Amino acid sequence: MSVKDYIRERYFPHMWCPGCGHGTILNCLLRAVDQLKLDKKDLVMTSGIGCSARISGYVDFHSLHTIHGRALAFATGVKLSKPELKLIVPMGDGDALAIGGNHFIHAARRNIDITAIVMNNRIYGMTGGQYSPLSGPGKKASTAPYSTIDNDFDVVKLATAAGASFVARSTAYHVLETVDVLKKAIQHKGFSVVEILSQCPTHYGRKNKEGNASQMLEIQKNTTAKLGSKALEKNPLLIPRGIFVDNDTPEYCQEYDNVVERAMKGRKA
Amino acid sequence: MIKMTEKIKFVQGNEACVEGALYAGVDFFAGYPITPSTEIAEVLSKRLPERGGKFIQMEDEIASMCAIIGASLTGHKVMTATSGPGFSLKQEALGYACMAEIPCVIVNVQRGGPSTGNPTHVSQGDINQARWGTHGDHSIIALTASNHQDVFAMTVDAFNLAETYRTPVILLFDEAVGHMREKLIIPEEGEIPRVDRLRTSLGKGVDYHPYLPREDGRLPMSDFGDDHRYNVTGLFHDMWGFPSNNPKVVSGLLHHLNDKIENNVHNITRYKEHFMEDAEYVLISYGASARSAIHIATNRRARGEKMGVLELQSIWPFPEAMIREKCANAKAVLVVEMNMGQVMRHVKAAVDRPENVFLVNRIDGKLITPTDIKSLLRVIQGRGV
Repeated sequence: MSVKDYIRERYFPHMWCPGCGHGTILNCLLRAVDQLKLDKKDLVMTSGIGCSARISGYVDFHSLHTIHGRALAFATGVKLSKPELKLIVPMGDGDALAIGGNHFIHAARRNIDITAIVMNNRIYGMTGGQYSPLSGPGKKASTAPYSTIDNDFDVVKLATAAGASFVARSTAYHVLETVDVLKKAIQHKGFSVVEILSQCPTHYGRKNKEGNASQMLEIQKNTTAKLGSKALEKNPLLIPRGIFVDNDTPEYCQEYDNVVERAMKGRKA
Repeated sequence: MIKMTEKIKFVQGNEACVEGALYAGVDFFAGYPITPSTEIAEVLSKRLPERGGKFIQMEDEIASMCAIIGASLTGHKVMTATSGPGFSLKQEALGYACMAEIPCVIVNVQRGGPSTGNPTHVSQGDINQARWGTHGDHSIIALTASNHQDVFAMTVDAFNLAETYRTPVILLFDEAVGHMREKLIIPEEGEIPRVDRLRTSLGKGVDYHPYLPREDGRLPMSDFGDDHRYNVTGLFHDMWGFPSNNPKVVSGLLHHLNDKIENNVHNITRYKEHFMEDAEYVLISYGASARSAIHIATNRRARGEKMGVLELQSIWPFPEAMIREKCANAKAVLVVEMNMGQVMRHVKAAVDRPENVFLVNRIDGKLITPTDIKSLLRVIQGRGV
C-alpha cells in the first residue's frame, strides 16, 4: 500500500495553514502505519478540538472527532469495549494538557493500550494564537501582549510520572526519527505518549519573531539533540529527543480480562 | 421455587434500575461516584464482568459520559449514572451524543440543587436541565418512574428508545425512589421486548452513509472495527459524517435532530392513569411525588370524590396533547412535584384553562406528603386554609 491508501482524498486539500507542521506529522504517521502494514479496519483515530484534531477527518480509519480535551476519554471507551482495535489519539498541546490534562494523566495511570500523540506547537492556533500550557514563560501570544508568566509542562516528565509505559519525543523536522518512534509507540502494548514539536508560523512564529516555517524548522533542529548524544552532553539546555521510557507493565484491558475471569469464576462457585 | 426467589427481589430503586439495564442488555458502564446514584455503579461493577461486560470508574463525570459514547460506537449497549452536579458535567458530551446520534442511557438520580445542594435528600429539580442542559437547539427523551417495577420497565424502555431513535435517553429518577426498598419482580425473558442495534446490511465495498436516514427515518449503524470506516463528529456534518457548514446541511441536520423526536411524541409518551375516568380534580405527578398523589386520590375516591392521578412516565418530549385531552373536563389540575413548578409551567401551556392549574410542591429536601396535597386541596375546594 502507499500512503495515499490511508487517506480520504476527497477531503483534501487539508485546512492547515501553509508551513504548519501538522501536515508533516500526518505524513509521518501514515508512513508508520504503512510500514507496520496495519489493516485500516483495525485502526481508530480519536481526536478532540483544535487544528491538530482535524487530522482524524483525513485518515481513512474509523474516526471519532470529539470535544475539546476529551479525546482520550472517548478513546478509553472505544478501547476497553473492543480491545482488538488499535487506538491512535493525536492532540494539540492545549487539547491534551490544558482542558484535557486530567484525562491525559489518568489514561497514562491506567496504562491502557492507546497511542497518544501531542502535536506541540506551543499555541492555540485555531482560536488565533493564545498561549497554551506548553508555551512557557516570556512568550508573546494574543492573550499575552505583555508576554507570558506561566510555566510550561515538560510532556515527557509529566507522562512518565503519570505512568505511561512508553514515552518519546521528536520534532516535525526530524521526520525519519518521528516515523520510527511512532512505529514503536503504536506497537507498544500500553499507554504510549509521543510528543512531536510542531511549528505554527501563522501565530507562534509571527508573534515570537521566529520567522517563517523553514526558519522555525531550523530552530527545531538547533535546539534539540538526541538522547545519549555528545551535543546533549555538552549542552544540557537542549531539548532531548528519543525514547525516554519503554516498559513492559500490565496493560489495562488485559487486566480487565482477568477481572472478568475472576468474576465469572466467583459466579460459578 | 428457587426460580421464584431469583425473580422476586426486595431491592433499592437504584438496584431495580440495574436489573432493568441488564435485562435490556447493557454491557458497558462508565461512571463516577456520586450520591444518591452510587449504588448503580457499585452493583454494575460486580454484575457486568460476571457476564463478560465491562465496567470502568473514570476520572470524572465528563470522562464517564465520553467513554460510554466511545463504547456505543463499537456496538455496545451503554449507560452511565449520576446526580445533579455530575449531570451538569455530563451536559457537554450529552450534546455530542445528540449531535452525533449515539444511542446511550444516562441516569440522573435527582438530589437537591443548585450546586452541591442537598446530596442525600430528595428533589425533582433537574427537569428543565434534562431538557435544556446542553447548549443549542436539540431534542431529548427523558423518562421517570415512581416505583421499582416501573423503574425496571422504564430503564428497559430507555435502552429501547435510545436504539430506536439513535439518541441519548435520560432516566430522571429521584433520591426517594432510588434509595427506597420495595418488591421487584424480574419479568421473564422476552416479556418486555428488547430493541437491538439496527446495523447496516450494506456489505464491504458499498458506500455506507452513517447519517443518511432510511425511508422510516431510522439510521442503521456500523460498529467501529467492522468494514465501514466513517467519521463521527460533533460539528454539523453531511451524510458521510464529514464536517460541513453548508447552510442547507446545517438546517437539514438541525431539523432532523429535532423532528425525529418531536414528531414521535405520541410513540414516546408513557403515562399511567389512576382513577382518571370522570375525574374532576386531576393530580399530575411523577416519580416519588406521584406516590403521595396516588395515596390521596385513593382515599378521596373511597369517599366518592371524583379525583384522579395522571402519572407521567415520560417528561421529554413533553406530552402536551395527551395532557390537554386528559385535563379537558377537569375543574382543577394540581401538579404535584418537588421543585418550583418545572412541569407545572408546561402543564399550564398545554391545557385549555391554565388558570385552573395549581402547584403543590415541596423544595426543602423532604418527600412531599399527602398532607401537603390536602392543604392546597382545601383552599381550591373552598374549605378554608
